[in-house]
Amino acid sequence: MTNSNQKKIIKALKNNTMLIALVAVVLLFELLIRGADRGSMLAPANISNLINQNAYVVILAVGMLLCIITGGNIDLSVGSTVCLVGAVAGTLIVTLEMNIYLSIIICLLLGILLGAWQGYWIAYVRIPAFIVTLSGMLLFRGIANIILDGLTISPFPKEYLRIFTSYLPNTTTQSSKLIFTLIIASILLAIYIFFNLRGYFTKLKKGYEHSSKLATISKLVAISLVVLIFASALGEHKGLPVVLIWLTVIIFVYNYFTSKTVPGRQLYAMGGNEKAAILSGIDTNKLLFGAYTNMGFLSAIAALVCVARFNSATPSAGNMYELDAIGSCFIGGASAYGGTGTVSGAIIGAILMGVLNNGMSILGIDANWQKAVKGLVLLAAVVFDVMSKKRAANKN
Amino acid sequence: MNHMLEMKSITKTFPGVKALDKVNLQITEGEIHAIVGENGAGKSTLMKVLSGVYPHNSYDGEIIFRGKECKFSHIHESEQEGIAIIHQELALVPLLSIGENIFLGNERGKYLNINWEETYAKADEYLKLVGLQESSKILIKDIGIGKQQLVEIAKALTKNVKLLILDEPTASLNERDSKNLLDLLLDFKKKGLTSIIISHKLNEIEYVADTVTVIRDGKTITTLKKEDGFDESSIIKAMVGRDLSNRFPSRKSNIGETIFEVKNWKAYHPLYSERLICNDINFTVNRGEVVGISGLMGAGRTELAMSIFGHSYGKNISGQCYINGKEVNLSSPKVAIDNKLSYVTEDRKGNGLVLTNSIKKNITLTKLSRISNNLKIDDDLEVELAKKYITEMNTKCSSEEQIVENLSGGNQQKVLLGKSLFAEPDILFLDEPTRGIDVGAKYEIYTLINQMVDKGKAVIMISSELPELLGMCDRIYVMNEGQIVGELSKEEATQEKIMSLIIQSSKETN
Repeated sequence: MTNSNQKKIIKALKNNTMLIALVAVVLLFELLIRGADRGSMLAPANISNLINQNAYVVILAVGMLLCIITGGNIDLSVGSTVCLVGAVAGTLIVTLEMNIYLSIIICLLLGILLGAWQGYWIAYVRIPAFIVTLSGMLLFRGIANIILDGLTISPFPKEYLRIFTSYLPNTTTQSSKLIFTLIIASILLAIYIFFNLRGYFTKLKKGYEHSSKLATISKLVAISLVVLIFASALGEHKGLPVVLIWLTVIIFVYNYFTSKTVPGRQLYAMGGNEKAAILSGIDTNKLLFGAYTNMGFLSAIAALVCVARFNSATPSAGNMYELDAIGSCFIGGASAYGGTGTVSGAIIGAILMGVLNNGMSILGIDANWQKAVKGLVLLAAVVFDVMSKKRAANKN
Repeated sequence: MNHMLEMKSITKTFPGVKALDKVNLQITEGEIHAIVGENGAGKSTLMKVLSGVYPHNSYDGEIIFRGKECKFSHIHESEQEGIAIIHQELALVPLLSIGENIFLGNERGKYLNINWEETYAKADEYLKLVGLQESSKILIKDIGIGKQQLVEIAKALTKNVKLLILDEPTASLNERDSKNLLDLLLDFKKKGLTSIIISHKLNEIEYVADTVTVIRDGKTITTLKKEDGFDESSIIKAMVGRDLSNRFPSRKSNIGETIFEVKNWKAYHPLYSERLICNDINFTVNRGEVVGISGLMGAGRTELAMSIFGHSYGKNISGQCYINGKEVNLSSPKVAIDNKLSYVTEDRKGNGLVLTNSIKKNITLTKLSRISNNLKIDDDLEVELAKKYITEMNTKCSSEEQIVENLSGGNQQKVLLGKSLFAEPDILFLDEPTRGIDVGAKYEIYTLINQMVDKGKAVIMISSELPELLGMCDRIYVMNEGQIVGELSKEEATQEKIMSLIIQSSKETN
């Protein structure tokens, strides 16, 4: 193998360290779980479980990422927002028996409003985000508990639950489920491969910098394999979880937003150097306001997903969710000073946290130990990131 | 001959580049030794090797200081031997007092009981030594950058320094503060202190240096001694390896109609709202013209430009701006950019570039609408345009994806210029466009400015280097204490006239 090829492979590995760490952790758990004879982490039922358990983390992590990119700002109030929106959803849907879709719209608007409230103080009055959202954390949970009067609202109507917790297709025949998930996966893959190849060939044609043919093909093959394996696992269980569709849409939209749009680009520029961004004609107040308003919106979606999953709105809902979201972003390589971080990174971070939770639960590890391990993993991930960046900087 | 410091055959390689290639440096006791070279020639690397920032074993060669071979593995070790280095970016804590800064890491009194009386008394003594008439209890943020530089020197003196290294000490100082600093060095020389000065300002080197070592492409080119005689042109020749007989590219002025006019411009300080920063300023700029704004640091030049460019500095701004005779209200940087104005900041790292982003992303940031359609960025178009501007600016880089942080100062400045040109401006404010970059890169920037005005754009150039203004401008406004105190045509303008206008106006106001 030539030297330059070796360098390319090392670079590719370096760019994907967190992904590799995730695979390693999954394999480790698989070994431990099988060794302890407690089934398998990758069993169809458990994969389905993992998705349902962690949907909210992924949604919140995506929103948190935008806040972090603006300059290392975090939002401590998301857990309380989830609780408050959940409480309102419970009141509207269960207590008042309002139309479900109207209720959902009201809940989403409420999330936007809560986000905008915080965004206003952070962006236009320039109160530090930490303080504003700490206030929001107390304020929103307080109001939520006033609404709930300390009680739990349940159960939610089937019609509502179906929107977030059901599986597609709606049949009982196992073979049609498998075929359905595989077809959906194949369609998505075909679209993905098409756009990737098109991008590759235009780059080739115009002579732009591009990855090698081998790297492009092996990447596509690896992704196809993983997606098909997961699709067949889901098909063998109950089918395609509806929440996965929502997640896919959110991930796609925000990945596109951060990497391909003007406001996305401006967000990174602002986090990298706000003064330079202002002098480049960028309205950074608007961006900051937008990031927090959007966080409120995504928190509301997470709230709707959560009440459906637990089939109840409880006063303690959303407790510590903000820390899961923040942790996911930092594990996924976002900088605590802003300006860097990707949606895919945040999602890998969220999945890693989810896998740790799930794996340790299957192994029967005590909940307190689970917390301790997660804390150490968060620190280790960031330390690793900082060290590797330092090493790279020293080489220059 | 007996040398205080001898660096023998120093070679330092980074992956892919040889930063230093068998460099030799000999410093005689009690002299001021200047090291010059273009950006990226290896001056700073050499100083980092000397002071132990790059530890022993990471380079080849020998360092002999005061007759002893030195193997520093940390900056503390070189400090203990009496080598102090003052970096271009000052290492002072803005919210601590002068005294606290001077003894930072070297506190007076006991570890758990600092003796503040001694700290401030001693600090005052050292401040007198460097000629600073301030109380050592004042906070660093409340004194100007020239005085901060002196505080750094005072700090070095407390450590019993034997060899003082100054990296671009006057880069951000005005002429008066620079002269003070250089005179101070000459004063210290009389008292027996040896210093090394790294500078791009050749007139200053001619003024203070006893010996000049020229470094080019990581190699020692020559060492010139005062007794053998050296002047600016012989240094330049050695630095660039070619004769730059004309430091400013020639241009045939082709001045058109008035494109931009400012009337009765007033702006107040953003924090102290009673302080007038720009006091009733009127000026005009024509197409195809380079207009200079001269003045000492703190005259309000940057503040004037920024207050005009989208009110990005100051409070309670009043006055009128006319573009092509039509009044415009440039209420935000975006409106200013849309009206084809551009401001190239003096502080390229702080206000200009997003250092962690690629060249491409920096260049296109000022006008993302040029590369996007319904807010969707067209990647191919972006690469294409970025490449175009990189070529036009003659930026040396591995590709448009290179991170700006890793470029040399001169190339960063070119990216900054490309970034502002990307918005296709007609009126450009260039604030210190050649600060801290080498002679060769300066020449290229001047050529670019000439190209802009040839295309009918108007350039307003703010600079603290008088020769640069005299060499480049068709007309020069002189500013002092927030006011325009004079206007000189190219033919009238001389360094003496500009300085006398400034001094006269200062007398009148006092």
